[in-house]
Amino acid sequence: MKQDRHYPERPDKVYFFGTCLVDLLYPEAGIAAMELLRREGVGVIFPHGQTCCGQPAWNAGYREQARQVARAQLRCFARDYPIVVPSGSCAGMMHLHYPELFRDTPEQAQAEALAARVYELTEFLVHVLKIRLTDLGPPTRVALHTSCSARRGMGVAAEHEGLIGQLGNVELVEPQRKEECCGFGGTFALKHPDISTEMVSEKARLIAETGVRELVSGDCGCLMNIAGRLGHQGSGIRGRHIASFLWERTHASDE
Amino acid sequence: MQVTSDFQGRCREALNDPQIRRNFRFAMDGLMSKRRASLGDEDEREGLRARCAAIRANALARLPDLLEQLERNCTENGIRVHWAETVQEANRIVLDIVRGHHARRLIKGKSMVSEEMGLNHFLEGQGIECLESDLGEYIVQLAGETPSHIIAPAIHKNRQEVAELFRRKFPDIPFQEDPEALARSARRILREKFEQAEIGLSGVNFAVAETGTLCLVENEGNGRMCTTVPPVHIAVTGIEKVVERLGDIPPLLDLLVRSATGQHISTYFNMISSPRREGERDGPREVHLLLLDNGRSRIHRDAQLIDTLRCIRCGACMNHCPVYGRIGGHAYGSTIPGPIGSVVEPQKEGLARFGELPTASTLCGACAEVCPVRIPR
Ligand code: SF4
Repeated sequence: MKQDRHYPERPDKVYFFGTCLVDLLYPEAGIAAMELLRREGVGVIFPHGQTCCGQPAWNAGYREQARQVARAQLRCFARDYPIVVPSGSCAGMMHLHYPELFRDTPEQAQAEALAARVYELTEFLVHVLKIRLTDLGPPTRVALHTSCSARRGMGVAAEHEGLIGQLGNVELVEPQRKEECCGFGGTFALKHPDISTEMVSEKARLIAETGVRELVSGDCGCLMNIAGRLGHQGSGIRGRHIASFLWERTHASDE
Repeated sequence: MQVTSDFQGRCREALNDPQIRRNFRFAMDGLMSKRRASLGDEDEREGLRARCAAIRANALARLPDLLEQLERNCTENGIRVHWAETVQEANRIVLDIVRGHHARRLIKGKSMVSEEMGLNHFLEGQGIECLESDLGEYIVQLAGETPSHIIAPAIHKNRQEVAELFRRKFPDIPFQEDPEALARSARRILREKFEQAEIGLSGVNFAVAETGTLCLVENEGNGRMCTTVPPVHIAVTGIEKVVERLGDIPPLLDLLVRSATGQHISTYFNMISSPRREGERDGPREVHLLLLDNGRSRIHRDAQLIDTLRCIRCGACMNHCPVYGRIGGHAYGSTIPGPIGSVVEPQKEGLARFGELPTASTLCGACAEVCPVRIPR
């Protein structure tokens, strides 16, 4: 759990693990996250052989397949730099579950060492870089959806809220039942589409009821799910990754 | 196109029933906020959870020894101990006791193990009346249904539906919707039954090895009636319910009740340590303890699954589960629904029947966050 986590001094360099969903659906979020890190004076290494953390196979109970996928990450992120991940869910997989995944295998020690170096993005910004944000954007109201893995796995809900709280012109609005799952759950949405749809419809409705124009989340799975539903409901609420949101609000563009 | 399974069919049915959805949402919201209010202090809550998880883990680590100790101490106290490997054996043992007393009427307190055994159905097939006396269980029995929640069996019904059920079943009683009036009617009917029943049957929340004591937590007093009014009392429970010491009970009871209903203490807490003794004026003449395995020792041998036996059946994981809250308990089709049911039932009843249940989880972790005995670790 995060409360007991010991954070290192500010490093010169970090690894960035981009995650599949950022890569496929929200590449701008990955770029924004790296910009945020660089602006703090940290060098960002993006190993090109990186793939997926292995979570889909792990969650479905396919441990050997999950290990096969995860091994690529052990190789790519071999040096002793912190690994920053713009997702509570993928960070949780690597930080919390890799030790279990590789237990009693030849890679156990390597996996444990890697797991200890994994940080969720907001956690890293707050606790390691102690970032101070200056809001340059116009006044706005946003809703935040913290993923279940960020909230209950990595325990970084307060870090998400704290970073948005640093933005002077942003009012963070709390939808009802904000702690409740959006119903995505990876393969859950595919296996139980009826239940999943029910959950996300309610989530989207409660967010829309707050009257915000923007939804922010640190996890692309939830974002895709909720923003998709909001679009379906014709709400006009825009969904964005927290990295994109933070970068855009604090970045002095030349335009 | 994917073929819809029975489970998915039942889910769809529940999702399309706005009344069911409203009833569950309303009830679960109430239970969640009560738990929150009674366990507000994080340090206290987490301290208690750690203690209770350790107590249960210790009991499971020493299970065979503790069960033998329990048997010895119960026997010494005059409680007759029976072991059943399967539900068939368990039903048979109950039937033998009932037959041994030429009994025709049995009255029951709430017991999920008796649901697991299908005891009502079995005994009724043998011509023995088997009446539920917990109000929720009574409602469910009247309606010909099964419990939809482990601590609140009739939670899927609202008060209008209960009133309607009573009107159909008891045309002589004037129609009423007021919950207290409904409870009064049920109480009147049940009182009479308590006087007639030859056997009382109950579950067990904790069985204390050190003293041979059976602990029963309840709110309605029907549990106390079942275990004291009829001349014979049969307690049925799973072998995992044993704990080592009497001193384990206060923290477990405390956290069980607060996790389950947000109460600070249950209305009744019964500690049964023997049949009626010489010179005592009440209590049953005979007490039996039936310990059911039904797959539990197999789960106990599995290093990955053993923790699931820590469960103290508080229901908090159900109350907080966003899936359970939407599809309700009946959709699962298992004795125990919700998160813990989805893990335990496939182990007990087989993957063919319940292998799909574990997929009905978004892995959101809301259950793990509230579980008083920290399942999963
Ligand atoms: S698994 Fe935990 S939360 Fe669920 S009923 Fe058992 S003790 Fe309660």
